[in-house]
Amino acid sequence: MPLKSLTMTLSALALAASCGTAFAADSLTITSWGGAYQTSQDEAYFKPYTAKTGVKITQEEYNGEAARIRAMVESGNTTWDAVDVDAATAQQGCDEGFLTPIDYSKFGGEGAFVKGSTFECGIPTIIYSTIYAYDADKIKDGPKTIAGLFDTKTWPGKRALQKTPFGNLEFALMADGVPADKVYETLKTKEGVDRAFKKLDTIKNDIVWWEAGAQPPQLLASGEVVMATAWNGRIFNANKVDKKNFKIVWDGQLLDYDLWAIPKGVKDLDAVYKFVEFASSPEAQAAQTKYISYGPALLAATPLVAPDILKDLPTAPENAKTALANDPVFWGDNKEELLKRFNTWIAQ
Amino acid sequence: MAVAALPGEAGPDADRISLKTKLRRAERMNRARSFSLVAPLLVFVLAVFALPIGLMLVRSVENTEVRETMPRTMAALAAWDGRETPGEAVFAAFADDLVQTQKDRTTALVGKRINYEVPGARSRFLKAGRLVDAGGGGPWKEKFIASDAEWGSVEFWAIMKRAGNSFTPYYLLTALDLRQDAAGAVTANYPDQSIFIDIFIRTLTISLVVTLATLVLGYPVAHLLAILPPARANVLMILVLLPFTTSILVRTTAWIVLLQSNGVLNDILLALHLTTERVQLIFNRFGTVLAMTHIQLPFTILPIYSVMKSIPASHLRAARSLGAGPLTAFVSVYMPQTLPGVGAGCLLTFILSLGYYITPALVGGPQDQMVSYFVALYTNREMNWGQASALGGLLLMMTLVLYAVFNRVVGIDKVKLG
Repeated sequence: MPLKSLTMTLSALALAASCGTAFAADSLTITSWGGAYQTSQDEAYFKPYTAKTGVKITQEEYNGEAARIRAMVESGNTTWDAVDVDAATAQQGCDEGFLTPIDYSKFGGEGAFVKGSTFECGIPTIIYSTIYAYDADKIKDGPKTIAGLFDTKTWPGKRALQKTPFGNLEFALMADGVPADKVYETLKTKEGVDRAFKKLDTIKNDIVWWEAGAQPPQLLASGEVVMATAWNGRIFNANKVDKKNFKIVWDGQLLDYDLWAIPKGVKDLDAVYKFVEFASSPEAQAAQTKYISYGPALLAATPLVAPDILKDLPTAPENAKTALANDPVFWGDNKEELLKRFNTWIAQ
Repeated sequence: MAVAALPGEAGPDADRISLKTKLRRAERMNRARSFSLVAPLLVFVLAVFALPIGLMLVRSVENTEVRETMPRTMAALAAWDGRETPGEAVFAAFADDLVQTQKDRTTALVGKRINYEVPGARSRFLKAGRLVDAGGGGPWKEKFIASDAEWGSVEFWAIMKRAGNSFTPYYLLTALDLRQDAAGAVTANYPDQSIFIDIFIRTLTISLVVTLATLVLGYPVAHLLAILPPARANVLMILVLLPFTTSILVRTTAWIVLLQSNGVLNDILLALHLTTERVQLIFNRFGTVLAMTHIQLPFTILPIYSVMKSIPASHLRAARSLGAGPLTAFVSVYMPQTLPGVGAGCLLTFILSLGYYITPALVGGPQDQMVSYFVALYTNREMNWGQASALGGLLLMMTLVLYAVFNRVVGIDKVKLG
C-alpha cells in the first residue's frame, strides 16, 4: 500500500475515534460480575440513572480479572468507565497504578461508609459475604458450623468451592479450629499456610471448582454437589426467585467489600463521578437490598432497609457472630505466592 | 547470457535485445500486478498473525521492569562483585529509585517481578517504598536492613542484578520446570512450583487419546458415507455436519446436561440396573475426552471421506476377482489408499486438540486442564504475561516439531484435505 493512502486511512480512523469521544458523555460502560448481582445493580442503579439523566448505560460482565483492566489502561484505550471490583483488585490497582485515586469529598468523606471499607482507589458499594450453603430438601439434619464443609463422613458428597485460595484457606483454618480473629495471624506463617492446605487436602477429591458466581446455586440445584461455598446474595436469590430451599450456614462467613473503581484514562471523569455519586446515594443503596441480600456500605443507607430484608444480610448481628472480615492488606502482600501455590496444588 | 551481439549482426540482434527487454518488462509488470493482488492478504497475515506471534515470543524473554524503573540501582550494582552485601552507594541509589517509583506508582511492578524469583519480595518492596516516603535521609543501608534483614542478603542482590538484564531466560526455564540459582546455574525448580512438564505431557496425552478415538469412531462413518448412494449419504452427511455448525460452547454445555450426576445418562444407567449408584462422568478425564472427541469428529471424518470418495470401487472388485477375501481386499488394497486422508484428519484433530481451552475448563477437573488453561490463567488472573508467552511459545514449538515429524514420516505432500 502506498504510504500516502496508508496515512490517509490512519487519519480517517483517528478522526472516527475522536468523533466517538465527542459523544462519550451520553453513555457509560459499566462492568460488573453478571448474574443476579448485576441484575440488582441494573434495577437499583442503571435503569433509574438512565431514566433520570438520559445517559445510556452499556453493561459488560467479567469474573474479576484485573488483567483486563490493566491491559485496557496500558493500551491507552479505556472503554470501561466504572468497574465493580473486589478489595484485592482495588488495592492492587492502586499499587500498580491502573486505577484512578478517588476524591472522597464528592461522597461526603470516608466517614460516610462502613469503617475500614474505604480504599484509595475504590468507593465501597456493598458488603457481601462468602458463606457455604446446602440444599435443605436433600439434607434434613444439616451442618451448623464451618467444620461441616470439611466433614465428608457425616455429609458425604461433592463440595463446590471457588477456584481461588481466597476464602478457602480461611475456611480451612477455621474448620481446623483456628478462631476467626487468629486466622490471618496464622496464615502469615508458613506453618499456618501448610495447615490450611493440609485441611484442604482432606477433601481435595470431593471438590468441584467454580469460577463464576452464578455456578454454585446451579451446582446445588442440579444435585452435582451437596454443599457449595457461594456469595450469600446468589443463594438468597436462588431461594427467592427459583423457589429453592437452600440453607446458608453463617458460621465462619467471610465478609468482604465490593467497590466502584475508575480505570485510568476514562474519557469523561466527571460523567463517571456523577454516576457513582448516584449509585452511592442512600436511596439507591437501600433499593438494591430489595433485589439481592447484600448490605449497603453507605452508613446512611442501612436505616432505610426494611427489617425483613435486614435479617438476611451478612451484617445482621445474628449472622455476624463468628464472621471474619477479609484482610486486604494480607491478600495484597501474599496474593502472588498463595495464588501460585494454590494453582500448583490444584493441578497436581 | 548467450545473447551477446556478434559483429555484423547489429541490426536484428538489437531488435532481439529490445524484444527480450520488452518481454521482461511485461513480465515484471505482470508480476507486480499479481503481487498487488496478493499484497492485501500478505499484509493481513503479517499484521494479525506473524507480528503478534513474534511479539509474544519476544515477551517471553523480555525483562524491562527492573531495568527501566531502577536505572540508578542497576548502574550502582554494575560495579558490585557479588561476594558480600553491597555498600551504601547501592542502597542510596536504590532509595533514589524508590522515590521515583513511589511517585510513578511502579514500586509494586518491580516488586512483582522480583517476587517471581524471591517469594515475599512484593510486600518487601512496598514496605521499602513506604520507608523512603517517610523521609529522613541516609545512610540507607542500615535503615533498610533494620526494617527487613532480607535486604542484607547477598543472594537477593545477585538476583536483583540479574533481573536488571534486558532479557531473561526465567519464564522459559520456569515453563520447563527449571530455574537459575543465585550463581546463575540451571537446576530443577522447587517441587511445589514444578508442574509444567506434567501439564505438557497431559496435553499431549489427551490430544493423542482424542485423536485415536475420533479415528476409531470416524473411519467406519467415513467409509459408509463414501459407499452409500448419494441420497442416503447426504442425510448422513448432514448428521455429521450439523454438530459442526453448532458452537463449541453449546455442545460442551449439552454434555454437562447429559453427563451430570442427575443427568440423562446416569438415569438410564440406573434404570437399566447397570450401576447401583450414580457414576461420576463429568469434571474428570472421561468427560473431557468424550466432549472433545465429539467436537473433533467432523475434523477427522471429512478428510478421510474425501479421500475414500476418490478411490474407484473397481479396485476392490479387482482384488476380489483375483481371489482375495473381503478382509484381505479391504486391508491390503483399500486401506493403504485411505492413508493420506487418515494422516490429514489425525493431524488436524491432534493439532486442534493441543490448543483446547473451553471444553476442559467446563467439563474437566483440575487435573485435566491443558496448557491453554495456564496461558489464560497467567494472562487474566496472575497478570504474568511473560510466563503466558513462554508457555504459548513452547506450545507453538511443540506443534511445529510434531508437524515436522509428521512431514518426515508421512510427507505433507501426500496429505489431502479435500
